Amino acid sequence: MNTSQRAGCYGPFGGRFVAETLVPALDELSRAFDSIVRGAPFQSEWRALLATYVGRPTPLFEARNLARAIDPGGTTLGRLWLKREDLCHTGAHKINNALGQVLLAKKMGKTRIIAETGAGQHGVATATACALFGLPCEVYMGSEDVRRQAPNVGRMKLLGAQVRPVESGSRTLKDAMNEAMRDWVTNVATTYYCIGSAAGPHPYPELVATLQAIIGEEARAQILAAQGVLPDAVVACVGGGSNAIGLFRGFMKDDSVALYGVEAAGDGVATGRHAATLGAGRVGVLHGAKSYVLCDDGGQIQEAHSISAGLDYPGVGPEHSWLRETGRATYLSATDDDALAAVALVARTEGILPALETAHAFARVGDVARAVGAKRDGPASVVLGLSGRGDKDLATLLARLGVETAS
Amino acid sequence: MNRLDATFARGRKVLVTYLCVGDPGVDESVDLALACVKQGADVLELGVPFSDPTADGPAIARASQRAIAAGGGLVATLRAARAIRAAAPDVGIVLFGYYNPIFVRGEARVAAEAAESGVDALLVVDLPVEESAPLCAAAGAHGIGVIPLLAPTSRAERVAAAKAAAARGPVPFVYYVSVTGVTGSAALDAAEAGLRASQLQAQVGRPVVVGFGIDSREKARAAAAHAGGVVVGTALVRAIEQGKTPAERKASVEKLVRELRAGVDEASA
Repeated sequence: MNTSQRAGCYGPFGGRFVAETLVPALDELSRAFDSIVRGAPFQSEWRALLATYVGRPTPLFEARNLARAIDPGGTTLGRLWLKREDLCHTGAHKINNALGQVLLAKKMGKTRIIAETGAGQHGVATATACALFGLPCEVYMGSEDVRRQAPNVGRMKLLGAQVRPVESGSRTLKDAMNEAMRDWVTNVATTYYCIGSAAGPHPYPELVATLQAIIGEEARAQILAAQGVLPDAVVACVGGGSNAIGLFRGFMKDDSVALYGVEAAGDGVATGRHAATLGAGRVGVLHGAKSYVLCDDGGQIQEAHSISAGLDYPGVGPEHSWLRETGRATYLSATDDDALAAVALVARTEGILPALETAHAFARVGDVARAVGAKRDGPASVVLGLSGRGDKDLATLLARLGVETAS
Repeated sequence: MNRLDATFARGRKVLVTYLCVGDPGVDESVDLALACVKQGADVLELGVPFSDPTADGPAIARASQRAIAAGGGLVATLRAARAIRAAAPDVGIVLFGYYNPIFVRGEARVAAEAAESGVDALLVVDLPVEESAPLCAAAGAHGIGVIPLLAPTSRAERVAAAKAAAARGPVPFVYYVSVTGVTGSAALDAAEAGLRASQLQAQVGRPVVVGFGIDSREKARAAAAHAGGVVVGTALVRAIEQGKTPAERKASVEKLVRELRAGVDEASA
């Protein structure tokens, strides 16, 4: 939904706020995006890999048990459909983007890939794509995230990637991105920076959204095949917002479909310890784009807080800011406790262990159904982007949910 | 003629010194800046500390964290500028930082406050010319320049964009980022960077100073030989970081600036 005349802008948001050294590289990437990614040969090669390597199309599953658990009477939440990105190879939607960008890097002649990661899902996806294409890979990860997402650190190393723990700032995703940008500005001639979310300087938000749009493209066709009509709403969690924008893209022009994003409220938005950038932030510039950010009156970026490493980020992709501003999408938030309760509920009712990130969307799906159901005669049908699986969160989940593992 | 134009018109090679204002304290930064002037700095870059300095290496990133913890930021840096201006009426003052603090406070407001504080120009590292038109207009309305940056990766169209910016508003000089990397990078070929700066000077039609990686009299001399001047940042920030007392910090800053001045003057000779 690139509605502005200015390249790389979504209304007043987006743009390219980077060091001069990087501008030519972003120009080069923009040209490659237009000439390569949008071209038929790339599309057929990438889509063939999505089918045979990633396992796409991912299923659209109707969560009947969960729907009844959330709304026993079935008066507001009629049908709940899960877009199963958790079934992708590597366990999350991140592989759609990583595979596309690393394939692009290869075609651009780049010989080294760097990435930032929060939960580790993008790092694992990038490491996977690099193993497949035979490129060296270095992943920057905040040391706090290295600690809380240890299984993904091990996976990246097994896949041959170097994991670079980042000790600065809050030691989370924001700081990993800072360090990746420093690496890129130093090694820009040879290195491709594979950004994991629909954020960063132009053309990254559009590139990532284009690659993740496969989610919404499939979901729209699948829901029409399954129930004959469009859903009343789609809902997805939002950190930087790549899985949400990918799902939204499929329904952007369908005015009858409400778009809902769910941000991380951490300990609660009122506590100040949260990552609800759209809900409680202001317009600013972070990591190359103008968008909503969490910052103080002096313009210093604030640390975000979330139990979910993938949502623990004080910024958000610029297109989400524009969707919020225009009212096309609505953004809610869910606390750490809401997310934990949602993981337990989804696991028990459907036999699916969602990622903590995704759990934020589950936590608000009942509210979404009530909001959209109120505007129509019958109960709503909702598609939820099940962006990833929760295996990586096991240590956090067992500790926080008080699960005994000794027999 | 504004102060920066006058500085470059004097004919001697220009020494620009960077300090991260607030590291280790705002008042001490004022003292250290005045010490730089006394030892021969022509232009002061007053660094506005930012939480996420993606163009800076570890030394300035650490300094920024210390400065923010000590109450540093845009408002404190403007206050420092006012104090420095009162004591040093002729020195060039450039407010140097990242865009978010300026954007959040408001470009027009910052431009007015900067002018009122005696600032001569703004340099915003993450604001390439494509994005800088609103700030240039706001600053220009107060006679304040916005310094464009060029880098080793800048090809002809980027140089042309800097030249066009210079035609639109006050651009007292251009900052040539001499290495592809962050501040404090070690791999500088100072002589080659100086030569590139002199080409850019001819193409843009404004003086070009060389920054990133200059930390010694020898490198200052080699870089300044063909350029309009040099910028030294990380080396000063490191000297401040290593000093244990205000007196020790001041002494090492003075010594370093004296050496750099000597190197720059040798290039002028």
